[in-house]
Amino acid sequence: MSPQLEILLIACATAAACAIPGCFLVLRRLSLMSDAISHAILLGIVGGYLLAGRLDSPLLIIGAALTGVLTVGLTESLVQTRRVREDAAIGLVFPLLFSLAVILIARFADQVHLDTDAVLLGELAFAPFNRWQAGGLDLGPVSLWVMGGLLLLNLLLLFTFYKEAKLSTFDPALCAALGFSPLLLAYGLMSVVSLTSVGAFDAVGSILVVALMVAPPAAAQLLCERLEHMLAISVAIGCAAALSGFYLARLLDSSIAGSMAVMCGVLFLLAWLLAPQRGVLASLALRQQQRWDFAGRVLCIHLLQHEGTPEELSESAVQHMGEGLDWSPAFSSEALAHAQDAGLLVRRGDLLELTELGRETARETLGRA
Amino acid sequence: MGKRLADPAGPGGGGKAAPALEVEDLTVAYNEKPVLWDVDLSVPPGVLLAVVGPNGAGKTTLIRSVLGLLQPVAGKVRIFGRSLAEARQRVGYLPQRGSVDWDFPTTVLDTVMMGTYGQLGWLRRPGRREREAAMEALSRCNMADFAGRQISRLSGGQQQRVFLARALVQQADLYLMDEPFAAVDATTERAIVDVLRELRSQGRTLLVVHHDLETLNEYFDWVLLINVRRIALGPVSEVLTSENLRLTYGGRAAFLSVEGSRGAAADDPPAAPGGGIEA
Amino acid sequence: MNSLLAELLGDHTLRTVASGAALLGISSGALGCFAMLRRQSLLGDAISHAALPGVALAFMLTGSKEPLTLLLGAALSGWLGTLLVTRIVRGSRVKLDAALGLVLSVFFGAGLVLLTIIQSRPDARQAGLDKFLFGNASTLLSSDIRAMALLALLALLALLLLWPRLKLLSFDPDFAASLGLPVRWLDLAISTLIVIAIVMGLQTVGVVLMSAMLVAPAAAARQWTDRLASMVLLAGAFGALAGISGALLSARIERLPTGPAIVVIVSLIVFFSLLFAPNRGMVFAWLRSRGQRRQLGQATVLISLLQLAQQHSDPFHPHQLIVPGSLSRQPRRQAAQLVRDGLLEALPDGLYRLTASGLSEARRLSRELLPGEQP
Repeated sequence: MSPQLEILLIACATAAACAIPGCFLVLRRLSLMSDAISHAILLGIVGGYLLAGRLDSPLLIIGAALTGVLTVGLTESLVQTRRVREDAAIGLVFPLLFSLAVILIARFADQVHLDTDAVLLGELAFAPFNRWQAGGLDLGPVSLWVMGGLLLLNLLLLFTFYKEAKLSTFDPALCAALGFSPLLLAYGLMSVVSLTSVGAFDAVGSILVVALMVAPPAAAQLLCERLEHMLAISVAIGCAAALSGFYLARLLDSSIAGSMAVMCGVLFLLAWLLAPQRGVLASLALRQQQRWDFAGRVLCIHLLQHEGTPEELSESAVQHMGEGLDWSPAFSSEALAHAQDAGLLVRRGDLLELTELGRETARETLGRA
Repeated sequence: MGKRLADPAGPGGGGKAAPALEVEDLTVAYNEKPVLWDVDLSVPPGVLLAVVGPNGAGKTTLIRSVLGLLQPVAGKVRIFGRSLAEARQRVGYLPQRGSVDWDFPTTVLDTVMMGTYGQLGWLRRPGRREREAAMEALSRCNMADFAGRQISRLSGGQQQRVFLARALVQQADLYLMDEPFAAVDATTERAIVDVLRELRSQGRTLLVVHHDLETLNEYFDWVLLINVRRIALGPVSEVLTSENLRLTYGGRAAFLSVEGSRGAAADDPPAAPGGGIEA
Repeated sequence: MNSLLAELLGDHTLRTVASGAALLGISSGALGCFAMLRRQSLLGDAISHAALPGVALAFMLTGSKEPLTLLLGAALSGWLGTLLVTRIVRGSRVKLDAALGLVLSVFFGAGLVLLTIIQSRPDARQAGLDKFLFGNASTLLSSDIRAMALLALLALLALLLLWPRLKLLSFDPDFAASLGLPVRWLDLAISTLIVIAIVMGLQTVGVVLMSAMLVAPAAAARQWTDRLASMVLLAGAFGALAGISGALLSARIERLPTGPAIVVIVSLIVFFSLLFAPNRGMVFAWLRSRGQRRQLGQATVLISLLQLAQQHSDPFHPHQLIVPGSLSRQPRRQAAQLVRDGLLEALPDGLYRLTASGLSEARRLSRELLPGEQP
């Protein structure tokens, strides 16, 4: 495999592995837990390093995953005191844990390669250099195995506990009443978030972890109406952001993780603009259509009221149409065009005449009012 | 249906049937202030019971403690003579509509199927049987046409009917419903009442938190008046006296209480048509 | 302590760092109160990350490392980020937390892209831009302090001018709107002030820790007071205290970075306040609730005896102690205390009887604790 292909595979595996727990975080309104956890795990890594004395010990991973869960536990217990709200509690806990980590590094681990830049920013370009060798055999980059494994784990958990995860996210009270444990499920989710962040931050940095956990699910939320679809679309958007981000980075000769985060934002914006029914453009179009629909109804009523009266000739003349209704000439001519297209009225020379549909529309509108 | 129907003997029928719900000495406190004080209840099977009281009277707290969703300071709850853990599958719950995020990406049918999750337990997935049960519950609530729709694109009344359908598929013998009539349109109110009566006529027991004293007599056959303490429990016609209402609502509701008791006296006796107390 | 002060006054670098940290603490503490009351505590996290591309762009466009220029760039892009968050929340079904996460990570990503582009340019002058990422208080210069002081002064002055309106807005936005206050503009104004406070702090504590400077002093101050004015003052003071002591400590202790030191100190202030603040503090609340529980236990005994006696239609009818629940954990001990207080009379065979004062006390408690009137 070429290094480039390896990077792309790692990025896609990371994107997919992050999108799955990310959907549940977004739906539970805990998106920023991803930010908190992905920063706080630095403390676990430093602690693991200080205990083990080397950088490749599994203690680092274990410590990191535990700090992730610790972050959640501390935040929850702060909220339980009812003296600070959830958002403030998050904002209190993770900077403290991160600060402690930075201080520990500065005091005890200054000489090793364990700097905050690497954690925050990550460097995907280096991922292919760290390879898994077994008996002289090159098995590929370690990150690929880690992220692939995490992706499989997340998929497995998703398929096994889909029903429970969905219920506890949507309606925790019913979940408890039916005999499940929402608390257990919440901590399960947070452990998955923590583990995924630990695996991913090494390859892509914590900022991209946040981007991959929040942006694709938020975009998918705008595009679909079922949780299954939201999960699938999130994974697809995450992978698309990863792939396009990689090429953007090559184009600009810039940070890969940064470019992927930017593409996450671009894809979200696209989804927001173009989403069917609820997108910005769709609602603008809907508003336009409602406007012309309304104008058409007003026209119909106007014509109906003057049908068969002495003023009919003057009132139904195309030129005078707007005057009686106080419309600008441009607006009335466009309104006429739309009404004709809708089959509400027909034009005979200079005069307008209601169609049967137009009469019905007018009567229906009047009856409703 | 009918695999776990309640004792057909009904209230007072055999005399030996365990009460659908028995609460003893239930006391719940938040911040050392009592919300429920030494509440004793015994609800016979097969009644349609309204839980009535002012705001903060502990109605929702009562339901949540029966379901084990919060920890009481003291008290015992028995459901059909068993503990909650043993009887959980016989209990259905309809939470307040405002308790969930209706933007959640799920369809009406999927939401209703959630009611079957309790019978499925951990790990087992809903299949065709659950889907059919959900569809049937939806048709009983006149919501079958909306099965594929996302829940945010429903009116408030339709959302409430979805919750009702979800409670139906729980196939419970004892239902605890938290304000199903809150802010719904007249059609929905009618539909809910019909379903409640149908359930009651099948011998099921329903505890329904209710706010409207005027419809109490028409919709329900029993009433629990509660305000931190249990004020009164029994058939609507017996319990809905102006004295009891004054005790429940305090002096403030003097006007209400007179109206309420007059209504009760006029429609006397056994309130609801179709009577659940006939057996 | 004297030597510390002398050191602070004598050492120019230390003085610069400490005054920077103090300025940052005051302004972020004061403005953080509004963020917290409006449930936007994590807005600071998003804004500080969103400021990065502004710093990079300002440098790319002007080629200058003048602090005011860079801070202006930071403020503009932080402000843009805030605006975007508001738009996303109002214009779609994406909730606040996701919108914050989105803006935070995407803007920061864009900042990284720009920084790497700058770094690859054959231009040696870009060094030092990354201090905006992680903060490096020891590199603060007098010119930085002047820029910070100017911004802090402007922000606090604006706060003073808008005070009555902002106060109303924080407590009851709907009411404020009904009074005809321009709620949207005030919203924007307060966001702008928060943005200013944040960009001021970036050089000192960095992107990640800046959110703590906004949240922590406010959260600590909230425990000590219920009044907005004193909360704002107190938060400013806590912020300054943490800033100065953090700067001093990191100067004294080798290899103790300033930003993290400040954050640890401000967190300690929070935990101290959570525990020991009068009224809201947990220790006092615990003591109080213990007292309340004892009182409630005694009340339970009295009310129960009243209710039991009334079943015999004689309020003074003696009765055995039957008390519901465990609101009264040791009914016998509480009864003994009540006997000592002259409210109960102990009779043989474990019977108790209310005294006259006990009866009126029982009636009072029953009215107070149990709504509705007694039968």
